[in-house]
Amino acid sequence: MNDKKSISRIYNKFGNLLILAAIITIFSLLSPVFLTMTNWMNILRQVSMMAIVAVGFTMLLISGGLDLSIGSQIGVMGIVSGLLLTAGVNPILAVFIGVVATSVIGAFNGLIIVKFKVPPMMATIAMLTALRGLAFILCDGLPIYEIPKSIKFVGQGLLWGVIPVPVVIMLIIIALGIILLNKTYIGRYLFAVGSNSEATRLCGINVGQVKILSYTITGFLCGIAGIIMLGRVSSGQPNAADGFELDVLTAVVLGGVSVNGGRGSVSFAMIGVIIIGVLSNGMMLVGLSEYWQKLVKGAVLLIVIIIDSVRIQNSLKSTK
Amino acid sequence: MNNDIVVSVRELSKDYPGVKALDKVSLDIRKGEVHALIGENGAGKSTLIKMIAGAEHPDSGTIEIFGQQFTSLEPLLSKALGIATIYQEFNLFPDLTIYENIFMGEKFDRKVFPNLKQWEEDAKAIFKEMNVKIKVNKRVAEVTTAYMQLIEIAKAIAKDSKILIMDEPTAPLSNVEVDALFALIRHLKKKGVTIIYISHRMGEIFDITDRITVMRDGKKIITLDTDKTNRLELIHHMVNRDLGDNFPKREINNGDVVLEARHLCGNSSIAVKDVSFKLHGGEILGLGGLVGAGRTEVSRLLFGSDKLVSGEILIDGKLVNISSPKKAVLAGIGLVPEDRKQHGAIQELSIRENISLPIIKRISNSLFLDTDEENKRVVKQRDALSIKTPSLNQFAKNLSGGNQQKVVLAKWLASGCRILILDEPTRGVDVGAKQEIYKLIYELADQGIAILLVTTEMEELLGLCDRLLILSEGSCMGFIERNEFSQKSVLELASGNM
Repeated sequence: MNDKKSISRIYNKFGNLLILAAIITIFSLLSPVFLTMTNWMNILRQVSMMAIVAVGFTMLLISGGLDLSIGSQIGVMGIVSGLLLTAGVNPILAVFIGVVATSVIGAFNGLIIVKFKVPPMMATIAMLTALRGLAFILCDGLPIYEIPKSIKFVGQGLLWGVIPVPVVIMLIIIALGIILLNKTYIGRYLFAVGSNSEATRLCGINVGQVKILSYTITGFLCGIAGIIMLGRVSSGQPNAADGFELDVLTAVVLGGVSVNGGRGSVSFAMIGVIIIGVLSNGMMLVGLSEYWQKLVKGAVLLIVIIIDSVRIQNSLKSTK
Repeated sequence: MNNDIVVSVRELSKDYPGVKALDKVSLDIRKGEVHALIGENGAGKSTLIKMIAGAEHPDSGTIEIFGQQFTSLEPLLSKALGIATIYQEFNLFPDLTIYENIFMGEKFDRKVFPNLKQWEEDAKAIFKEMNVKIKVNKRVAEVTTAYMQLIEIAKAIAKDSKILIMDEPTAPLSNVEVDALFALIRHLKKKGVTIIYISHRMGEIFDITDRITVMRDGKKIITLDTDKTNRLELIHHMVNRDLGDNFPKREINNGDVVLEARHLCGNSSIAVKDVSFKLHGGEILGLGGLVGAGRTEVSRLLFGSDKLVSGEILIDGKLVNISSPKKAVLAGIGLVPEDRKQHGAIQELSIRENISLPIIKRISNSLFLDTDEENKRVVKQRDALSIKTPSLNQFAKNLSGGNQQKVVLAKWLASGCRILILDEPTRGVDVGAKQEIYKLIYELADQGIAILLVTTEMEELLGLCDRLLILSEGSCMGFIERNEFSQKSVLELASGNM
């Protein structure tokens, strides 16, 4: 019994690292290019948007929230900024306004969920649809192609000739996320609210504000990811990042962040992000069709959620 | 065996981990009587009716229904014997019509296409007999709670139940609805239906019942004829305990008035009506009363959990607006809630994080945690309260009940609060830890903290407090000073004898 306990403890701590190691081993055996530096930079660039949003999503899940409208938020961001750029607005101001827009959308999500006590899943599914509609309305369904060089650089450029700019932004956001969650009182509040919001309220903490803040941060980071998206595809696409929410959710849960709130960390969530990135990249290198990729990703999510749930039930048993 | 006895339980016992829920209870229910079961929370009433309804199995003892003896019942068997139970949570399908609800799963002809017209007619007839006007083709979700209860009763009548068990049926009802319910109960009684009636409300017990059984701590204390007893006697049986010598004498050393409540009124289900009192620094004021007296409700008003309808709260003589727990904490009030696991210590946070939670923002450098300062304050409280733990990084869930309660106290002491509301601070805590918590409460008072102690336990009221404020049905019944403390003085006020 003790053995079993220590195995589960090792899994709790390093489980997703083990999964990652296994996946890397398999793909490096199957594909000669997989382990090259270029490929890894490629992987990092591919996951950068997901990682940036996942930082916010991790905080959101820790505080007991959920936001399925993140993909649509990125879509809205691209269109809003794109329209401003077409109108000749300064690029920096244009993307700034785009980021403000998604932050406001995030705050709005939080407000609805807190004030009307709507289940986060339902509220943000509604927003997922509505915001996507909004993105199409704003641009009349037509992509916006006039993207200046400076923004393309954010999406495609390299620093010192090797490191993709999105990766640099990603690393900065991850660092900020880790600091916010572990070194500030706001991080403490997020954990407390997600563990037990009523008890937290009775400590004299404005739980509603904390929740709204976590949605706002997620919206803000969607905005940042939106800039990269804008630069990477060199256009504002109304259907940009369609289905993105599922990728992020999968990654974060793979990283051991509990969907029931109160538990998780940014660094572990990032392992989840990399697992997804490596999985997509590897499957592509191996030549697996897109259909198979979807099947595998879905299966991986299912397995991880089952493990998470079993783990929670075990820990409940051990407290009894 | 007497033919008049419809239910007879003998020596029924049931242990839950750590609690003796039922301890050799023997009880006879006569045909056609309304038999009240009363007692404080945890007295064993619910467990007893669950045994009769078949929802729980006794560890030992027998249950005899209409002369048939059983060692345990099952829900279906109990129903087949003619027993219907109406729990506080209704067992209805909100989206089906009333008549469908009455016959759903009960109708004897299990056809794929039941004769719904017939159901509707039958349902109408039942409500007519009950003298209840209601459209039976309405959906249940569209009717008020009072009607839901009537539908439950109609279900019981449809099944031709001989014994009806009602668990606090009047709790959700208004006065008019209670009258209607009582009329129905009298009608059923005339038809020879036996009713087992659980209630906390003294008034209605005397209105409607024939006999009363008092339970306490899982034991049956006594069964009395309703017309040969009175409130005081019942309450005496309900709460009377031998008061152990657990409480050292304490010098009462009251400071200035810290908190003053003026004419507090609330509008929760037990409405607080015009409650006023003053609380001094270093004083332990006990808030007493029976279940449903409004003690917790008063504490919720003071802590901003519920909104004041009218009334004023003054701290240090200054009017304060306490509209949320946040404002209460800012004003220097701390709450140790009744439900420790749900509302007190956050189980998934460490001891350190629990204790520093209310002050973590205050002791941060702008956004950033000052872990040295945090540690200093947490260690200080751990030592002061002697919280037993190998590490402050231990999750709260790994602590014993007593130590968890200390963590909750520590969090308020660390926050420097001056008024502490303790709601049932020793519930679910073992005897040894209770003593420690009592000592702590004394120490806190000696430090000048004003304490409002809310408790159902008579011995805590009389043993710990300097002064008592007794409530009944949300109203203030009076104060008792230390030199007048006795069970009798408390019970007289608590029973609501005006």
